[in-house]
Amino acid sequence: MLDKLVNIDRRIIFALVAAAVVISLLMSFSLPVPATPPVMGIYDKINDMPPGSHVLIAFDYDPAAKEELQPMAIALLHHCYSRDLTVIGLTLWPGGTGLAEQALTSIARQYNRKSGEDFVFLGYKPGVASLIINMGENLYTAFPADFYGNDTKTLPALQGVESLRDLDYVIDLAAGASIETWIAFGKEKYKFDMGAGCTAVIGPDLYPFLDSDQINGLMAGLKGAAEYEVLVKYPAQAVEGMRPQSVTHALIVVFVIFSNAVFFASGGWRTVRRGPGARR
Amino acid sequence: MPFLRRTVPLAICFVMGIMTAFQYFVPHQLSRDFLELMTRWDKIIAGFAVFIGAYSLFHLHYSRIRFKVAGWGYSIFVFIGAIVTLGFGLYNGGDGFWVDKNEGTMFDWIYIYVQVPAGATIFSILAFFMASAAYRTFRARTVESALLLVAAIIVMLGRVPIGALISEHLPTAADWIMGVPNLAAKRGILLGVSLGAIATSIKIIFGIERQYLGGGD
Repeated sequence: MLDKLVNIDRRIIFALVAAAVVISLLMSFSLPVPATPPVMGIYDKINDMPPGSHVLIAFDYDPAAKEELQPMAIALLHHCYSRDLTVIGLTLWPGGTGLAEQALTSIARQYNRKSGEDFVFLGYKPGVASLIINMGENLYTAFPADFYGNDTKTLPALQGVESLRDLDYVIDLAAGASIETWIAFGKEKYKFDMGAGCTAVIGPDLYPFLDSDQINGLMAGLKGAAEYEVLVKYPAQAVEGMRPQSVTHALIVVFVIFSNAVFFASGGWRTVRRGPGARR
Repeated sequence: MPFLRRTVPLAICFVMGIMTAFQYFVPHQLSRDFLELMTRWDKIIAGFAVFIGAYSLFHLHYSRIRFKVAGWGYSIFVFIGAIVTLGFGLYNGGDGFWVDKNEGTMFDWIYIYVQVPAGATIFSILAFFMASAAYRTFRARTVESALLLVAAIIVMLGRVPIGALISEHLPTAADWIMGVPNLAAKRGILLGVSLGAIATSIKIIFGIERQYLGGGD
């Protein structure tokens, strides 16, 4: 009986996870989402910037990470547009252009912001580190035209910006290693303030940069996005996602505790402790 | 022609490597112009890498179909997906590829209604496999694995709102784990990786490491 429980059919586990997600989505209950200091770092920085300041948002992700990073992008854009900041968008990922453009334009419409005047979308260019260095030296040779083919030198939104040195804040929303690249080749060389958002799985990798103040804030995973949504008073997809995420995390913890209890009850630990060559 | 195949690339690598490394310490305008020129060259080369990537992908899947490797049927969808997307991209809503991209075409439809949900679905499926793996393999077999297990439980609960409802100390404990032991380990790994990258770069610049030239040399 215990052996059966130890080696339970994984389809049962899949069914329980699916049920936990569906039921928590269907049920209506709210969970507290207090803002943590890393998320507050980004919020406070944007809140303290005077209207007209230039904020660059790098949408360095593709559809696979959309569920975690697009809510962050939307919450950030609400905050930037509501504070009359000029947003410059770009992506280092070829698959990210559609999501970046969708976020930039759909939120801009809600605040009557115009492309080229109040925000600009530069699109995608290959090169990653080289592109960042190129932007650090001269933004207009890196991006002679924006995503829609307009000459960047003529865009009012970019007036006063020659290179990355002239930006007031840079935020990288990343599904990969681009935050480290932005820090190494951009922030450290061209001296701009930087914050970051990332998928939950790479969040732990970025704590050294947070501790050394190389990034002044960090939103990690859907929880980070939910905290920002609460801060900007725009609870949406990420806050909604806290219910299934919380229930699923709790369920996995129950799985781990239960499977270990069964493992010890069935005497499996004795086999492990004896091991090959151990004295009986 | 070993001169063209080996000596010339090594000389280019050495000269450009030394110049680019020293450029960092020279704040003169000429130095900055040189760096900008190099980054533009690098972007052009990176653009060509897209073609090599596409060729490699199609060659791999063509071989899988040709030799009827297990699961070769899935490779057909690579070609169908690429041809359909490329076709609609070039068609550009009827205006052709020689004008700027039109909005709201089938190319956009495929991105929004096929690529985005498909990508999100694949990523979401991870939750099921992680739950299964946690149940089947996450066992306190040794003291080390027991410590890892306890840390994982604290972080998993402390990083979601339900953790604060269970105990107000859980988020604090999770933050401590992330900000102290995790940070220390990550910083050590980062330093090691960075030193390794510097050592490898120096070996490449001075021609000690020649694997990138190919030919098994």
